Amino acid sequence: MKVHGHTRLAALLLSPALAIIAVFMIVPIGITTLYSFLEPARYGGVIWEFSTDAYVRLLFERDIFDDTLSFSTDYIRIFVRSLVQAGVATLLCLLIGIPTAWFIATRPDRQKTLWLMLVTVPYWVNLLVRTIAMLLILRDEGPINDSLQAIGLTSGPLPLSYNNFAVGLGLAYSFLPFMILPLYAAIERFDFSLLEAAYDLHANRWKAFVGVVLPILRPGVVAGSLLVFIPGIGAFLAPDILGGGKTIMIGNLIGQQFQGSRNWPFGAALSTVLMTLTLIALMWSARRAAKAGTEVV
Amino acid sequence: MILKNLTRMAILALGTSTLASAAAAEGDLYIYSWGEYTPPDLVEKFEAEFGVDVHIDTYDSMETMISKLRAGAGGYDIIVPGDGTMQILIAENMVEQIDVHAMPNFEHVDERWREVYWDPEREFSAPWAWGSTAFVVDTEIVTGDIDTLAVLFDPSDEVKGKINMLRDINDVINMALRYLDLPRCNDNPADMKKVLALLETQKEWVKSFDSETKEPLVSGEAVVSMSWNGYAMRARDEKPSLRYVYPKEGFTGWMDNLAVPKGAQNIENAKDFINFVMAPENAAMITNYARYSNGIKGSEAFVDADLSGAPEMTPPADAPAPEFIPTCSPESTELYDRVWTKLMN
Amino acid sequence: MALLDRRDKDIRNLPGFGTMAVVAVVFLYAPIAFLTLYSFNSGRSISQLDGFSLRWYKAVFANEGIQTAALNSLTVAVIASSVATVLATAAAMATVRLRFRGKEVAYGIINFPLMVPEIVTAIATLIFFATIGFRLGLMTVIVAHIVFCIPFAYLPIRARLASMDAGLEQAARDLFARPMMAFRRITLPILMPGIISGWLLAFIISLDDFIISAMVAGPGATTLPVHIYSMLRLGITPEVNAVSSLMIAASSILVLISAVLSRKTKT
Repeated sequence: MKVHGHTRLAALLLSPALAIIAVFMIVPIGITTLYSFLEPARYGGVIWEFSTDAYVRLLFERDIFDDTLSFSTDYIRIFVRSLVQAGVATLLCLLIGIPTAWFIATRPDRQKTLWLMLVTVPYWVNLLVRTIAMLLILRDEGPINDSLQAIGLTSGPLPLSYNNFAVGLGLAYSFLPFMILPLYAAIERFDFSLLEAAYDLHANRWKAFVGVVLPILRPGVVAGSLLVFIPGIGAFLAPDILGGGKTIMIGNLIGQQFQGSRNWPFGAALSTVLMTLTLIALMWSARRAAKAGTEVV
Repeated sequence: MILKNLTRMAILALGTSTLASAAAAEGDLYIYSWGEYTPPDLVEKFEAEFGVDVHIDTYDSMETMISKLRAGAGGYDIIVPGDGTMQILIAENMVEQIDVHAMPNFEHVDERWREVYWDPEREFSAPWAWGSTAFVVDTEIVTGDIDTLAVLFDPSDEVKGKINMLRDINDVINMALRYLDLPRCNDNPADMKKVLALLETQKEWVKSFDSETKEPLVSGEAVVSMSWNGYAMRARDEKPSLRYVYPKEGFTGWMDNLAVPKGAQNIENAKDFINFVMAPENAAMITNYARYSNGIKGSEAFVDADLSGAPEMTPPADAPAPEFIPTCSPESTELYDRVWTKLMN
Repeated sequence: MALLDRRDKDIRNLPGFGTMAVVAVVFLYAPIAFLTLYSFNSGRSISQLDGFSLRWYKAVFANEGIQTAALNSLTVAVIASSVATVLATAAAMATVRLRFRGKEVAYGIINFPLMVPEIVTAIATLIFFATIGFRLGLMTVIVAHIVFCIPFAYLPIRARLASMDAGLEQAARDLFARPMMAFRRITLPILMPGIISGWLLAFIISLDDFIISAMVAGPGATTLPVHIYSMLRLGITPEVNAVSSLMIAASSILVLISAVLSRKTKT
């Protein structure tokens, strides 16, 4: 096919998805971005007067006595914490997800879909309910600590809940299938003769894995990481419930502005900054990959 | 094949939504409330008496409900806003004036719920249920004077590390303000700095900020926990040594009300329902089901025996009166938000 | 010995990978087992076992609200994930296999729904629907779900396409006169693992959504997550465990059916 033909076919294939996202997502989000430049109304919503207060507040704190502005890191720290959280979630999911996806992809054909479904069945239960169940298992008086003490392995409860360990576990739990399934999609029916050849060449399974398999995993790793990392930034159920709710994530902060704190412009500003940063990062990495010839896009 | 089934399902989905709107013309009542808050027996009785079909949808927070009403997206005939929310809805002209005070059953409403800050003439709303937010103590572990907020903010050694706080900006900050004897809805930055200092010190001893307060108390994970009185009663059912405390510094009261959103399709049915709920034997069903007090005189006679005398519902004579807190000013709300953000950072 | 040696050399069996998969499955199912156990509790607690009873299952079967909510959730999830998967498959074909200008932009737009915080999507969509006069009901929930399901379906399909050799499809195009035929005979089967993965992800993300559904649902369109969250104020009872267990049972039955079907078609 010729290049100009591609453009027409591409338009045909892409337009339904792009149109529905443009109409039902980009236009509405455009409205909220506009809101970020307005004044908050007393009981929620906005007053149509231009203001950049919301963006000023992101970086500066108005002094309570003389009304001067001073630089504040409160919100930056929340952003950073949320990014770190998303990174941890992604790493944990990669760690568990790669072996699991590999295992599923190497099952006989008949079993593969069955395994995939097995991985997603627990997600028919609402995340909130699953997370509470996990807390009840992990807590000091939960079945794990009870049985460890009953058989005399430990004398007191192990600190399994209300800490970073629990939050990490909860995050991995929240997102695991979003890593496993794309990985599986990328490596299923991978040509294993290629691997055997590589094995003969490298004479070591691990070297063969790293040399031949990792490049093939790549599209799956990219897709899975996007599906875990980006939603992971906004996640707050795991830190709220398993972490004991002692910190705030960007997801809570934005929700709080649209709810109890009734400052829609500030919530919209936080979300606009978050969206812009993610979008730039995504498109930059896509462009770089395209230039390098690895064709991430 | 798959596609055919899909189209069939899509048609079905479209069909049900148009059906719902067609049926809204007569003989229906659409209630929008918290989950498991509307007693099924109350609904059945109303349906039988008035020949009206009742449909219930649920929300997770007042804000979701307000946002939907504000966007003008309705379809509901009855909503169940709390006191502060009711104040907003009236101020923003989002509820119908239904003159509850002129309804036949209004005579059953307890005097203390007739002139309320959120609806002084009771023109827009009727009482549904009310309760309080204070805290629960495990008396097996905590001894001494427990009727004070000092249990939470100046804890003894056996309490340290075993405190659960509600994950709610307003409830936590208002409690701290009471302990410091400062006014609620505070917009004085100097006062709020004191609140932040107090809460930051206390955070060291807090095990968790969790609004599900029953589990930590019953398991012993927490020996002191902020709590709503209804939750406290459920917790005591499972662990008799728990006691709901009415601290001498004061505590928050709240009331959920029935109101009719602007643009409701079935206003007459909604009015019938509101009048119906104000009858003592019907109001008692709310208490029996949801385990919160109603605001109707004479309903005690119909309330289950184990509830009518429950300490969570009947404060001792020397307890302070519950404080009903209006929606705070934007300045104060922003300060609350800042304190909370710093506390959680 | 020789057999063992052969197996040891088999590249498919990397040491520890099978164990990791089993650990993953145990990890995924432990909370499910726990909450199912407490669905049979005779008391009101979700963590202290009083005795065995079916009272919470009876409660679910008597609770019209929770049943409607579960049915709404399933309807929305099936329709939204299926539509999203079709749209995503077409989009993935274009972005991976074709050359055209503005590919990064298209890629950015398709993944855009991932990047917007849920509460913002929820409020923005609500305001938008109200502005254009789209009456809130189940349909508004379905439309909103289709939009945020697209990237979840798109990325696995895209990963699949990117990992496959384009040469095979090229050969197919030479072989079959009509492009549709080449697509159906060659490309679609190759894509299937991606499509199944994408659909499953879109399905579970739709089934789990609460904030957006709560905002854009009209009367009669309350979904199961919205119902569960709305119960928090009065306390979660084992009734939630019971309805969750029933969902697991329903999905397990589907898994069994598909297992039986795949066995039949393969032999």
